[in-house]
Amino acid sequence: MDEAEVQDLVARHQEQNGRVTAILEELQQRCRYLPEQALRLVAGELGLPLAQLYGVATFYATFSLEPKGEHLISVCHGTACHIKGARRLTERLERELQIKPGHTTHDGQYTLQSVHCLGCCSLAPVVSVDSHAYGRLKPEAIPEVLTTVQGGEGQ
Amino acid sequence: MQIVINGLDVPVKEGQTVLDVAHQVGIWIPTLCHHQGLEPYAACRLCLVEVDSGGRQTLAASCALPVADGMVVETDTPRVRQAREMIMQLHLASTQDSPRVQELARLLGIEQHGLARHGEWRCTLCGLCVRACHQVGADAIGFTYRGSRRRVTAPFRAQATDCLGCQACAEVCPSGIVVFSEAGGRLLGPHWHSDVRMINCAGCGKYFLPQPLAGRLQQLGLELINTDRCPECRRKLAGDRLATEAGRADGHHAES
Amino acid sequence: MSVTDTLLESLRRQGMLTLYPDRVKIAVGRATCGLAAGSDRVYRYLKEESSRRKLDVLVASTGCLGWCQQETLVTVQVPGQPRLVYSRADEALAGQILDGVSEGVLPEVRLLGRIYADENLLSGQRIFLTGEPESDPVLDKVPFYAPQLKIVTRNCGYIDPGSIAEYVARGGYLALWKALQMQPSGIIDDITSSGLRGRGGGGYPTGRKWQLTRQQPADIKYIICNADEGDPGAYMDRSVLEGDPHTVLEGMIIGGYAVGAPSGIIYVRSEYPLAVAQLQEAIRQANEVGILGKNIFGSGFSFQLEVVKGQGAFVCGEETALIAAIEGKTGEPRPRPPYPSEVGLWGKPTCINNVETWANVPPIIMRGSAWFAGIGTESSKGTKVFSLVGDVRNNGLVEMPMGATLRQIVAGAGGGAGRFALKAVQTGGPSGGCIPANLMDLPVDYESLAGAGSIMGSGGMVAMDERTCMVDVARFFISFTQEESCGKCTACREGTWQMLHIINRIVEGKAVMEELEVLEKLALVVKDTSLCGLGQSAPTPVLSTLRYFRDEYGSHIRDRFCPAGVCKGLFRLVIDQDTCTGCGRCVEACPAEAVRTSRSEADQGLTTKYLIDQERCIQCRSCRDVCAYRAIRVVPREVAADADRH
Repeated sequence: MDEAEVQDLVARHQEQNGRVTAILEELQQRCRYLPEQALRLVAGELGLPLAQLYGVATFYATFSLEPKGEHLISVCHGTACHIKGARRLTERLERELQIKPGHTTHDGQYTLQSVHCLGCCSLAPVVSVDSHAYGRLKPEAIPEVLTTVQGGEGQ
Repeated sequence: MQIVINGLDVPVKEGQTVLDVAHQVGIWIPTLCHHQGLEPYAACRLCLVEVDSGGRQTLAASCALPVADGMVVETDTPRVRQAREMIMQLHLASTQDSPRVQELARLLGIEQHGLARHGEWRCTLCGLCVRACHQVGADAIGFTYRGSRRRVTAPFRAQATDCLGCQACAEVCPSGIVVFSEAGGRLLGPHWHSDVRMINCAGCGKYFLPQPLAGRLQQLGLELINTDRCPECRRKLAGDRLATEAGRADGHHAES
Repeated sequence: MSVTDTLLESLRRQGMLTLYPDRVKIAVGRATCGLAAGSDRVYRYLKEESSRRKLDVLVASTGCLGWCQQETLVTVQVPGQPRLVYSRADEALAGQILDGVSEGVLPEVRLLGRIYADENLLSGQRIFLTGEPESDPVLDKVPFYAPQLKIVTRNCGYIDPGSIAEYVARGGYLALWKALQMQPSGIIDDITSSGLRGRGGGGYPTGRKWQLTRQQPADIKYIICNADEGDPGAYMDRSVLEGDPHTVLEGMIIGGYAVGAPSGIIYVRSEYPLAVAQLQEAIRQANEVGILGKNIFGSGFSFQLEVVKGQGAFVCGEETALIAAIEGKTGEPRPRPPYPSEVGLWGKPTCINNVETWANVPPIIMRGSAWFAGIGTESSKGTKVFSLVGDVRNNGLVEMPMGATLRQIVAGAGGGAGRFALKAVQTGGPSGGCIPANLMDLPVDYESLAGAGSIMGSGGMVAMDERTCMVDVARFFISFTQEESCGKCTACREGTWQMLHIINRIVEGKAVMEELEVLEKLALVVKDTSLCGLGQSAPTPVLSTLRYFRDEYGSHIRDRFCPAGVCKGLFRLVIDQDTCTGCGRCVEACPAEAVRTSRSEADQGLTTKYLIDQERCIQCRSCRDVCAYRAIRVVPREVAADADRH
């Protein structure tokens, strides 16, 4: 994003409550991460000390200072999913994608992450791919899920 | 308004904290993240005292506990001592070679901790540096990340570009981590990758004042200081002026 | 107030037309659970197919009926007939339903139950769908639903959450209209005498909180809905926000009027995008008809609502951290006093309540505090929504009167544990504890749970059977709180790290008994000295498992054995040769080809039996999960070595 786009983004958020995180959320969605230059610009536009904005950017799990992959695969490790074998799903995904949770594949296609509770506990274990939730997922079904994602279909 | 602290009735004023009152009457409470000149932070958990809270006895941080009429406080119960001991052990286990932490441990009679080593750094995350930097208006450094990954750094772990060179952080750090030095007309604070230009004295040529600090002082409207003379030259100037004035006055006397 | 009558009346009529149309109505559960089960495909299929077949059918969306594991849930309403509820619907079943619509006989396949009458909880009236006598199964009599009392979830699964008209048709916004004719102090009296307590977990008396906020002298006040719902395993709030957002709005407008706040914020976690969307749409609709905005119902009271999203921090469920987040700072709690009701958002008096608390307000105002206080126990009034999940036959959201026993919830509505015996029920999420199976007659209310070493919490209730290792459970929760700790105070940041360190050593079989004492001491101090509720309650899972399952810890430490068969390296699986029937299900289930025939038996020409090759076994326990004869045993490593020697 260039300077004008960042200024425009900030200008569009005039709400008093939750302004900073709303701006960062939109920036994260547009760029897939929070670029350093953009953060410096936002701090300037908001009249906030950069150290304070940087602190916010690093505190919340939604924000990332490193680019995320095209597709975000989140394995739920909430209580119900844990009991129903979420670990096995993560292990299978680690094998398929050759990366550990919290990392992105070399080709920038997939970011794998473990999250706490997507809120679909009755359908445990759950994996969310790009905000589409797959319930009652078995490790054997994972290759098919990845194929579907590559094919560009939603669900 | 009054409170009872360790059985002692003490008159108190609105706005005081229990820690203020304890100091006032000479009761020692260990502190690490507390500083007279800064807002309380209540993070180190060493200053906990036992207080009645709505019928239940709870532990509360005395540095941040405002006094209330009739409050009953105990600073040395078995519960407080047990808490202090374990908190001190947690500090010892997570910091290396912090003079203040070690001093406190000695004062509390704790030799070593029975826990696992967690951390090879001296920083106690007391936040004094961050709060001091905020108070002087620089906000060049701050807390980053959270939980076990929490650190104090300049943004992007790069140079602290908002640093004024005031060295308040070095002044308040209980662990002696923050050290500044001068070289080639610059003030260097490697802990924050701080690198700030110094102004040199128009009189003797010595580097004596960080330029951004001078700028900040001017912003605050402090015109009193000659920002082109170092303290010695300023004194000399003032002395010369006084001597001249006195001389003139004597001269007048002599004439009349 | 004739303007108001007209507005609500016209909305009500509009809502009735879509709630009870004069043609067939098929509603598909499209809340997150439904979507995760594929309901979008079913919805689209029904829309496209019914159009293609030229059937006069209204295809609608609805929220979650509560029995989430049965999603996709589809309800079919033929005028003059009971409403049918189908479970696990797919396109094939949808096709059969459409066939049934054409032919006039609906299928009996995967039929959960029939609904003969709709109760309007707020007016107490019933709408009968048919005059016919009841034929089974009747939905309300089905074990999952029978013991429930739906107050908070009264509209979920019954209305289209995107329709303010349907909300009004079920009695919505009448409470607001009534409240705006009362004095604020009268409303607070009602809430106080109802006995409503904070449903977020704290259980603080709601009326008192409102009163404290009201009596603060200040030019501006705020009310906030805490919809951050971070407890893993709890999703009650999400369901209400997705299925009936207007009940939260109505509760908040009433609350704003009562405490004197001109605006409110709903703080929702960004992990709930559908809930956010439903809320924003509900706010938009309410604004459009004047139920939000200036001079509501001509009362002179003006109120605004906005949504602020949480960005992934469990600690922001704590009130002071939540406030900091809205103010654009990191979610670091601060010491209390002062409490948010005195110094809150932007330094102003702020009343924060949970989603479920707000949702209870309209029913209390409409039916009266005595009605509400007549439900539940002496100390805990009304109902509580629980997300009943884990090793229980019926997974879903159940709303039970306070005081119902664990047995009534888990064995009654939940249908019990299944093939493996129930071992414990975990309540209250990461801040709560595990209640052992021998205490199933414990009434579920704030005080009883606290006395048993747990808490009500937000309502998460996880059933755990004998395949669960309680040390692993403690580890799971401590590792969660350790990761979510904001890191500000030493007690929580360092204390939870040290506790996790010890528990990790225990589950790896490396610990000594002295470390158990250190663990317990740490737990008690972290609980006593942490700055905020996160740290203060983080040790609860550890303390409660130590209280009831200490011998399991002992087994891990002294014997390096995990009796539940969970902690890798601390057990082996063997097939009991006397019990094995040779059915072969374990062979199929094993991903490591570690099950082979017992050579000696096969040689002697007797029934095939199986045994586990310990070299190949990866201890995934898939075999044990499928064995119908409980022939697969969890044994210490040394015992397995012996057993293998035939």
